[in-house]
Amino acid sequence: MSLNKVAVIGEKQIVTAFRAVGFTVFFADAPSSATDILRELVKSGEYAVIFITEDIAAQMHDTLEILKSRSYPIIVPLPSLEKNGYGMECIKKDVEKAVGVDILFNKDESSNGGGK
Amino acid sequence: MARLNVNPTRMELRRLKTRLKTAVRGHKLLKDKSDEMIRQFMSFVKQNKALREEIEDDLREALKYFMLASSVMGEENTEQIFAVPSRKLNVETSIKNVMGIDVPMLKITGIEGDLPYALCSVPADMDVAVSKLTALSEKLLLLAEVEKTCNMLALEIEKNRRRVNALEYIMIPQLNETIKYIMMKLDENERATIIRLMKVKTMLEKNDDA
Repeated sequence: MSLNKVAVIGEKQIVTAFRAVGFTVFFADAPSSATDILRELVKSGEYAVIFITEDIAAQMHDTLEILKSRSYPIIVPLPSLEKNGYGMECIKKDVEKAVGVDILFNKDESSNGGGK
Repeated sequence: MARLNVNPTRMELRRLKTRLKTAVRGHKLLKDKSDEMIRQFMSFVKQNKALREEIEDDLREALKYFMLASSVMGEENTEQIFAVPSRKLNVETSIKNVMGIDVPMLKITGIEGDLPYALCSVPADMDVAVSKLTALSEKLLLLAEVEKTCNMLALEIEKNRRRVNALEYIMIPQLNETIKYIMMKLDENERATIIRLMKVKTMLEKNDDA
């Protein structure tokens, strides 16, 4: 088990580019196929990091949550062309989990986030 | 608060007192650990946020170039030149210990191979996109590392807080209550014994008089 590869899962038009950098690329347009691929990759034990485009990652939140407590593989939502903020959302969740309240992000929206 | 179900004996009292001492000490240690973990977590999470913001912008730009180039070349052509993965990225993985949690550490050991296409056969935008992405890859891996560290720290902090709370609000009050109960019971027994002795004495004296 060599654990030294990096994979990208995502829409064809976007992730093809990562072939040029040396990442292993898998195409998936829907969360269901992405979940299948992810499962295979995790089982193979060869991939240290798996990037998943945000749009898909946002829809397979539960699967990602299970894998969070293991050190490998690292699964990272990858920002794609249009932003949907899932990656930031994850950071926010972590802060909330650890500290109890979100103290990083509500500075910018303190005007409307005061009620929480 | 419910007390523990134990016999009110001296031995039990001694045992509970040592348990209380351990619990108080453990509580203090865990609380300190939690403070330190949160401190470290905050610095990691700040780094994580900054890094992600930076990468989101850079990556969007790189992908824009890529989209531009691939729309000029046509989808099939793009697919063709990237069909064979000629480059291979190797990372070295190791484990770092942060506050007793094993977090991953990554290091790029090298990108093997060359560009998958001839420079003259693709639009210049593609070169820009690829070079940008190559430059980004190191940052992406750093992001992966930091983000995972944050995830794991957050989980650990949550777990640790449960332990602290369980000790503070369940274990320690329970032990205190039980110790108090046993002491009262023992005192009560002692008083009962004295009274009994006194009673017996007066009865004996009465018998002597008669």
